[in-house]
Amino acid sequence: MRSLVFVVTALAVIGLAVWAYRENYRTQHVINETESLQGQIGAARSRLAVLRAEWAYQNRPSRLRDLAEINYDSLQLLPLRPDQFGKVDQVAFPPTKKVDFDGIVDAAGTEDYP
Amino acid sequence: MIRTPLRPLARILQARNSGENPDAIERENIRVRHEQMRDTGRSRAEGRLFVIAVLFLGAFVTEGVRMGVISHSEAVEPRASAAGTRIVAQRADIVDRNGKILATNLETHSLYAQPHHMVDKERSAQELVRIFPDLDQERLTKDFTGKRKFLWIKKKISPEQKQAVHDIGDPGLMFGPREMRLYPNGQLAAHILGGAGFGREDVRAAEVIGVAGVEKQFDEVLRDPANGGKALTLSIDLTVQAATERVLYGGMKLMNAKGATAILMDVYTGEVIAMASLPDFDPNDRPRPAVEGNASDSPLFNRAVQGLYELGSTFKIFAAAQAMDLGIANATTMINTQGPLRWGKFKIRDFHNYGPKLTLAKVIVKSSNIGTARMAQAIGAERQKNFLRDLGFFDPTGIELIEASGAKPLLPPKWSELSAMTISYGHGLSASPLHLAAGYAAVANGGKRIVPTLLKRDLPQDGARVMSEASAREARTMLRRVVTEGTASFGEVPGYAVGGKTGTADKPKERGGGYYDDKVIATFASIFPAHDPKYVLIVTLDEPVETSGPKPRRTAGWTAVPVAAEMIERIAPLLGMRPQVEPGQLAGITLTSN
Repeated sequence: MRSLVFVVTALAVIGLAVWAYRENYRTQHVINETESLQGQIGAARSRLAVLRAEWAYQNRPSRLRDLAEINYDSLQLLPLRPDQFGKVDQVAFPPTKKVDFDGIVDAAGTEDYP
Repeated sequence: MIRTPLRPLARILQARNSGENPDAIERENIRVRHEQMRDTGRSRAEGRLFVIAVLFLGAFVTEGVRMGVISHSEAVEPRASAAGTRIVAQRADIVDRNGKILATNLETHSLYAQPHHMVDKERSAQELVRIFPDLDQERLTKDFTGKRKFLWIKKKISPEQKQAVHDIGDPGLMFGPREMRLYPNGQLAAHILGGAGFGREDVRAAEVIGVAGVEKQFDEVLRDPANGGKALTLSIDLTVQAATERVLYGGMKLMNAKGATAILMDVYTGEVIAMASLPDFDPNDRPRPAVEGNASDSPLFNRAVQGLYELGSTFKIFAAAQAMDLGIANATTMINTQGPLRWGKFKIRDFHNYGPKLTLAKVIVKSSNIGTARMAQAIGAERQKNFLRDLGFFDPTGIELIEASGAKPLLPPKWSELSAMTISYGHGLSASPLHLAAGYAAVANGGKRIVPTLLKRDLPQDGARVMSEASAREARTMLRRVVTEGTASFGEVPGYAVGGKTGTADKPKERGGGYYDDKVIATFASIFPAHDPKYVLIVTLDEPVETSGPKPRRTAGWTAVPVAAEMIERIAPLLGMRPQVEPGQLAGITLTSN
């Protein structure tokens, strides 16, 4: 009886040791993974910050103004003026599409209903 | 433990035999025993104290070592905790009311040298000067060959420059990461943003601290890591700001002014939508403050907030509004405008002679100094003082700019009746254009005090009531009439029913001794649309002169007003205001009887 208890205890200790060993390595693995993910997130954020800054820089009002002036021939952009406001009822409805009745096949009675 | 008996029989008997007192033996033994007990007690207590001392020492040493380690170690980001996933910049962004970026951070590098690691010092200096032409080659060579072990060469360099320095290939030239503040819109809203510089510097990182404007005002907030990099949202509208600056710049050049400022403010919320001061600067490369000459001539000077000027006739509407509020007069009350008005040795004159009498409305429309001064006499100095204090003309404006706290209006030391009369037409009290904007906002929103703010807010300010709704409405009608039939006729913008008051004030000489004849501050304070005001716009030109006529013209009606009108025409559509037909006065129904 006593030896059985010893054996069981020894086996339990060995089992726990194996479990702890594996947990340890799994934790370290996860930490490494987290770290690399954090690194990626950080890099992505800094890239995003640069892109945002770049976007803001490219869209700065003085540059857009110059671009509008340079490309006046093709874009014809002018500053917004009060007389450019319109009302909804000034906008014509889009022309209703003419329904084309050509080439209609008379489908009635061609289908076989069971 | 074997105890020694207190009365050992052998010694007692011996003592008895020799006739000694046996009690002395007992006392002696008791004494010895007490001494022993005391000794053991002491040694035990000492032992305990020693153990406790060791424990405390251990604890303090551990703590000290830990503190030392923490203070000397590099900050490491938490590796595995969920809270550590936020990776934020050192300083939060600043955005406009629509979320467009006004200030952000960019990662760059700094360049420093450790001369004792350098290989070819002369060549490195030469190559560096080729990359950065602003460096001094002789100085660099001297620094490199001297005793110095460390020197900064450049605080911020671009990636291209970094590559070029890499290509020199000298091991003594090193780079440190730097976060730099970037203002992508360049000079736009320069005075509002202010600028940023480096605080404490290290090879690995440097503090970025605000040096002026909102950057300094909100320095703590922007740098607070607890905010999690949440951007600071200003009330500024980038597009409107750009249009304002553009028009103002054009106007300043056209009117040959040496400086100009414009403020656009929401009359209900007190939000400053646009605020420009010219000349301006680039906050990315903030110039050093001028050490000589007049500080107000420096581009760093924010005329809208720091500039204290006598704002001239724009103040007249306050006198008229107060007179109506107190029930002294209404719009049709006749005021004596017979000139000149004498007060002691002092004479008050008008620009033209407007005849013996004018209605109060006409006094404002024609801008009669005499009429307004008479109103001020009727109001009295004390009441006028309280009214202007309520409007905010006694204190700094309270706008969130670090410069604003110093801009306290200049008041007369003694508020005599003469002061009251001159102040009623805007002389003798110097205030910033922003103070004027706040005062006009109170007239425009129906009589409630407004404190200008640069932060976006959603709800109107519910300030203290300064004047009644009715008198504010009457005052607005007068302001509208100034544009339709008075001094600001160039201010008419079809569809926006501009109302406003011009003000032309002679500039006081810097060294005292009166005013210049040919230098003025021309101001146009306007509200639009006058029947239901949403915005107040102040345009001030410094020393404008309009030379298209045979004689140079300097009055605000010829200089500031056209600029303001052009500005309103440009920015009102940007603010989403469609032109409206002004609700006209109904044709009076004449009662007739036959």
